[in-house]
Amino acid sequence: MNSLIPLLVAAPLAGAALLLLGGRALDRFGHWIATALAALSFAFGLALFADMLGRDAEHRAVTEQLYSWIPVDGFQADVAFQLDQLSITFVLLITGVGTLIHLYSVGYMAHDERRRRFFAYLNLFLAAMLVLVLADNYLLLYVGWEGVGLASFLLIGFWQHKPSAATAAKKAFIVNRVGDMGLSIAIMLMFVEFGSFAFQPVFATAGDASEGKLTAIGLMLLLAACGKSAQVPLQSWLGDAMEGPTPVSALIHAATMVTAGVYLIVRSGAIFNLAPDAQTAVVVVGAVTLLFGAVVGCAKDDIKKALAGSTMSQIGYMIMAAGLGPIGYAFAIMHLVTHGFFKAGMFLGAGSVMHGMNDEVNMRHYGGLRKYMPVTFATFGLGYLAIIGFPGLSGFFSKDKIIEAAFAKGGTEGWILGLCALLGAAVTAFYMTRVMVLTFFGEKRWQPDAEGNDPHPHESPKSMTVPMVVLAFGSVFAGGLFVYGNSFLHWLEPVTGHAEGDSPLSPWTVTGLATACMLAGAALAWQMYGRSPVPVKPPVGSLLTRAARRDLLQDDFNHAVLVRPGTALAATLVWFDSRGLDGFVNGLAAAIGGISARLRRIQTGYVRTYALSMFGGTLVLVASTLLMRSV
Amino acid sequence: MSYLLSATCAVPAAGAVLTAALPAGTTEARRRTTKTVALAVSVLTLGLAAAVAASFEPGGARYQLTESHSWIRSFGISFSLGADGIGTALVLLTAVLVPLVMLAGWHDATGPVSGSAAGSVPEGSFESKRRTQAFFALILAVEAMVLVSFLATDVFVFYVFFEAMLIPMYFLIGGFGDRAGGPDSDRQRSYAAVKFLLYNLLGGLVMLAAVIGLYVVAADQGQATFSLTALTDAISSGKLVIDPNAQRALFLGFFFAFAVKAPMWPLHTWLPNAMGESTAGTAVLITAVVDKVGTFAMLRFCLGLFPDASKTFAPVIMVLALVGIVYGALVAIGQKDIKRLVAYASISHFGFIILGVFAMTSQGQSGATLYMVNHGISTAAWMLVAGFLISRRGSRLIADYGGVQKVAPVLAGTFLIGGLATLSLPGMAPFVSEFLVLVGTFSRYPAIGVVATFGIVLAALYALLLYQRTMTGPVKAGVEGVKDLKARELAVVAPLVALTLLLGVYPKPLTDMVNPAVNDTLSQVHRTDPAPAHPVAATNGGEQK
Amino acid sequence: MNPANYLYLAALLFTIGASGVLLRRNAIVLFMCVELMLNASNLALVTFSRMHGNLDGQILAFFTMVVAAAEVVVGLAIIVSIFRTRHSASVDDSNLMKL
Repeated sequence: MNSLIPLLVAAPLAGAALLLLGGRALDRFGHWIATALAALSFAFGLALFADMLGRDAEHRAVTEQLYSWIPVDGFQADVAFQLDQLSITFVLLITGVGTLIHLYSVGYMAHDERRRRFFAYLNLFLAAMLVLVLADNYLLLYVGWEGVGLASFLLIGFWQHKPSAATAAKKAFIVNRVGDMGLSIAIMLMFVEFGSFAFQPVFATAGDASEGKLTAIGLMLLLAACGKSAQVPLQSWLGDAMEGPTPVSALIHAATMVTAGVYLIVRSGAIFNLAPDAQTAVVVVGAVTLLFGAVVGCAKDDIKKALAGSTMSQIGYMIMAAGLGPIGYAFAIMHLVTHGFFKAGMFLGAGSVMHGMNDEVNMRHYGGLRKYMPVTFATFGLGYLAIIGFPGLSGFFSKDKIIEAAFAKGGTEGWILGLCALLGAAVTAFYMTRVMVLTFFGEKRWQPDAEGNDPHPHESPKSMTVPMVVLAFGSVFAGGLFVYGNSFLHWLEPVTGHAEGDSPLSPWTVTGLATACMLAGAALAWQMYGRSPVPVKPPVGSLLTRAARRDLLQDDFNHAVLVRPGTALAATLVWFDSRGLDGFVNGLAAAIGGISARLRRIQTGYVRTYALSMFGGTLVLVASTLLMRSV
Repeated sequence: MSYLLSATCAVPAAGAVLTAALPAGTTEARRRTTKTVALAVSVLTLGLAAAVAASFEPGGARYQLTESHSWIRSFGISFSLGADGIGTALVLLTAVLVPLVMLAGWHDATGPVSGSAAGSVPEGSFESKRRTQAFFALILAVEAMVLVSFLATDVFVFYVFFEAMLIPMYFLIGGFGDRAGGPDSDRQRSYAAVKFLLYNLLGGLVMLAAVIGLYVVAADQGQATFSLTALTDAISSGKLVIDPNAQRALFLGFFFAFAVKAPMWPLHTWLPNAMGESTAGTAVLITAVVDKVGTFAMLRFCLGLFPDASKTFAPVIMVLALVGIVYGALVAIGQKDIKRLVAYASISHFGFIILGVFAMTSQGQSGATLYMVNHGISTAAWMLVAGFLISRRGSRLIADYGGVQKVAPVLAGTFLIGGLATLSLPGMAPFVSEFLVLVGTFSRYPAIGVVATFGIVLAALYALLLYQRTMTGPVKAGVEGVKDLKARELAVVAPLVALTLLLGVYPKPLTDMVNPAVNDTLSQVHRTDPAPAHPVAATNGGEQK
Repeated sequence: MNPANYLYLAALLFTIGASGVLLRRNAIVLFMCVELMLNASNLALVTFSRMHGNLDGQILAFFTMVVAAAEVVVGLAIIVSIFRTRHSASVDDSNLMKL
C-alpha cells in the first residue's frame, strides 16, 4: 500500500511532463488527461486514507524511502515520503479541491488557445504541493516549497502578454524567495545543530539544543511561512497574484499553496514548542495579518482582490492559531481545511461571475446578479455564510475554536489575541457582506466593456457549476463533521499533540461574542451598501480607506525602502564596475602606454646619439669594473 | 599503462589539425564537410570521455588510469596524466559541451566576416575561405588543452596547457563575433580579446614564477620533480617542508593566476567583455569550460600543494568570494545587454564555487565540484538560447526585446528553464550544488553563509527580470519576425535541459565520483568537517557515537 | 722605445675616431672614423702583445682586420644603395625606422 505514496506525486507530474512535451497533438484532449490524473491522485489519496483508518492511531504514520538524493559525507538528503494524519489531510484537500478546480477550468479556460499549457502547470502545481506535504525532511519539503512557487509564478503570469500579469508573477516569485531564504537558513541551522534535517531525528533531538538556537530556527521558519502564506511583512504579492486566471486564485492562492506556511509551522511544532519567543513572533504576525488583510479586504472594489485580502486575513487566523502551540495546532489545520472549501468555492463563484460579465472584476459594476446566476449565487452565498461564521456552517466551528484558543492562551496576551480575533470576525463579516451585496443584490450597475459590449450575465456551464456545488457542500458540512465528537482533533492529535488551554471565558460566551461581532459587522455593511444606492465611481473615502485601497501602502513602502535604493545600488555598482574597477585596469593599461610613448622619444633615429649613448654606457661599464677592482 | 587518457586528449588535438588542414573554400559543401568532421571528432572525444568515466572506480585510488611519459628529464618533468573524481567530472562536462557548442555555432563562422563592418575582409580572401576551418579547429584545440589541464598530474604540464589555451581562445574571441554589437563592434571585440589575453597572461606570468619557485624549493630538499603526486606525498609525509613565508608567496602566485581565470572579484572585468563580444558558443566555452580550469586548479593545486597557506588565506578569499556573489548579482541586475548580464551572473556563481572550495568542508567542496559541472550545463543552456535569440533579432540589448513568448514559445520556454536553473530552482541541478556549498560554508562560517544566502534572492531578481523584460508583455517592434527554435537548436538545448533535470533529481552518480577525491583533498589540508552540536542518534552515516 | 707611447698614440687615434663618429653626419666619414677606431684598437693589441711577450694580441688584431674588411664590404654596399635611392650620404636623412 505504501508504494502508492510515490504514485500520488507521480500521476500529476507525469501529466505535466506529457502535456508540456506532447505538443499540439494534445491540444484537443490534454485537459481531460490532466483532470483524469488529478482525479487518479485523489483516488490514491482516498485509498491510502482508507488504509490508514484501518490501523490504530499509533501506527498510522508510515514512511516510504525512495532513494538517496544527495549523498555527501555527513550530509544525508533522501527522497523519502512520510504519510501521517497531517499529510493525508493535506493530500485529500489538495487532490480533492485540485480535481474540482481542474474540472472547473475545463469550462473556464475553454476559449484559451494555451489551455493545454495551463493544465500542465496545474498538474505541476499538484505534484509540487504533494511533495511539499509528503516530504519526510526539510530539504525535500524545500523542493516542493519552491516547486509550488514556480507553479504559482507560471500560473499568475499565465497571460504573459499582459505586462501587469508578468510583473505580478515575478513579484510573487521574488517575495517568496525572500521567504525561501529563511527556510534554507533554517535547514542550515538544523544541519549544524543536529547533523540532520529529517523530521523525525530533528524533532526527537530538538530538546538537546539551546533555546536560542531553536528560536533562530523558528524565526527563520516563520520568515519562510510569511513568504508563502502572504503574512506581514511579506504579504505584498498576494493581491497582485490575482492577475492569474481565477481557478488559479482558487486553488493556489486560496485553498492550498498559501496555506503551506501554516503546514510548515504546525509540522515544526516540536521546534516551536521549545522556543516560546519564536511562538510569540508567530502569534504577532498572525494577529497583525488577520487585521491587515481584513482592512484591505474592506476597501477593494476588485472582487478578486477583496477575496485576496480575506484570504490573507483568514490565514492570519491560522498562523495565529499555529503560534499558540498545542492549544491551536489542530484548529489551525481545521480552519485551513474549511477555508479551503469555502474560499475556493467563493473564488470559483467570482470566476463564474466574471465569466458572465465579460471579465469585469469591479464590484461597483455588478449588482443584482442573483436572478441571473442562481447557482453561483447559492454556492457563493453558502461560502459567504461559512466564512463569516454563521452558526452551523463550517467556518463557524473552525473560527470559533481559534478564538477560544486565543483566549485560552491566558493572561493579557490571551485577552489581546482574543479581542483581535473577535475584531477580525466583525470586519470579516463586514467586508464579506459588502462583497455579497455589491455583487448579487441592489440595482444593476453594469457597464459596457472596453469594446463597448454590454454584459449579458448568464449562468456558467455545468463543468463550472458542479465543482462550485461540491465545494458549497464542503463549506456547509465540513465544520460540523470535524467538531462532532472532536473527531478532527483526535485524528491529528498523534502528530500535533494537543493541550487544553485555560480560558477566562466559557466556550458559550466566546461563541456568543463571535456571533454578535459577526452580526454587527454584517449589519453595518448592509446599512452602508444594501440600504442606499452604491455609486459606480468610488467615493474619495477616508484616509484609511484610501490607504487600504493601496494595500495599506505596502507597495509604496517596499518601493521606497527596497526597490528604489536597490535599483540605485545596482546602478552605482554598474558605474563602479565600468568606471572604477575596469577604469583602474584600463587606467593601468593607459599608464603603461603613456610611459612607452615617452620612452619612445629617446629613440631619435640619429646614429650619433646612439653612438654617444653606447660610448657613455661603455664608459660607465669600464669605470665601474675598475672601481670594483680597486675596492 | 593505459593510453585512454592521452587518447582522450589527443583526439581533439589531432582533430584540430585535421580540421584546419581540410581543403579551404566558401562553398556550402566544403563548409559542411569541415563542420561535420569537427563535430565527429568532438563526438568521438565524448565517447572516450565516457569510457574514462566508465572505467573510473569511485572506490579506487585517487588518480586512476595514470600514465607518464618522460618529457624533460633533467628537470623531472614528465607528461603524466591521471583521472580523479573531480577531474573526470569536469572532463565529462567539457566533452559534453563542446559538440553542443559546435552545433549551436553551426553558422557562426559562415556569414560575412563581421556583420556590422561587412566586407572589412573581402569575400574570397584567405581569411574568409579558411574561416570555417579556423573556427572549428580552434574550438577543438581549446578542448584538447582543457582536457589536458583537467587530467595533468604534473605541475609543469598543467602550467603549459593552462597558458596555451589562451592562444586559441584569443583568436576565438577576437575573430568571431555575434554580429549584434553595433557600429564599432570590431573595435570592441579586439579590445575584449586583448583584454582577455593580457589579464590571463599576467596571471600566468605570476604563476610561472611560483612554479619555478616551487621547483627550486623542492629541489633544495632533494625532491627535484614537478610531479603533483610526488610533491603532495612528500608534503603530507613531511619529507618536503616549505617555509611558511615561502609557502604563502607560492600560494599567492598560483592563486592569482587561478583567480584571474575563474574569475574572482575584483579580477573579473575581462569576463563581461569577452563573453559579450564573442559568439554565444565561445562565451559558453569561456564561462563553462575554460574558467572551470581556474576553480578546478584552486581545488587541486592550491589546496594540495600549500595546505597551510590555503588555511591562512581562506577567510580573506571567502570574503572576496562573498563580495563577488553579491556584487556580480547586483551588477547583473543593472545590465542592459543580455550577454553581459549572463556574464555577471556567472561571476556571482564563481563566487559560490570559490566559497565552497575554501570552506574546506566535504559538503562545500563536493558542492563546489558539482557546482562547476552544473553551472556549466545550466549557463550553457541559458547562454545558447540567448544566443539563438540574439542571432534572430540582431541585437544584444534587453530593451530591444519584449513579448518573445508570443511569437516563439519554445524559445521562451527553454530560456525560462535556463533562467530557473541559474537561479537554482530545487529539482534542477544547480540547486543541489548551491545548497551544498551554502551548507558547507555555513557550518564553518555562519555569517558568510547567511550573507551568501542573499544571493539566491538576487539571482531570482536578475533571472526573472531578464525573462520578464525580453519574453513577456506585448510583442515589441522588430520581434514579430522572430522564429521559434529550429531542429538543430532544439538538439542543442534538449540534452542540456535533460541533464539539468536529471542531475537535479538524481545527482548520485556524480557525487559518488566526486566524494572520494574531495575527502582526499580535505585530508591533504588536515581539515575535518565541524561536528554538529547535538548529533541525532546514529542514523547518520558520518558520526557514530 | 717605451711601448707606452704606442698606447698613447692608439688612445689618440681612438678618440679622434670616436669623436668623428659622434660629430660627423656624412656616412662615408663616419665609416672612416669607425675604421680609425678599429685600427687604434689593433695598434693597442699589437702593443700589448709586444709588452706581454705572447701572440694573443696579434692574433686578435688579425681577427679585427678580417671583421673590419667584412664590415666594409657590407657597410659600403648599404651606404651606396642608400645614396642611390635618397641622393644623400647624410645619416640624419635615413630615419625611416623612426616612428
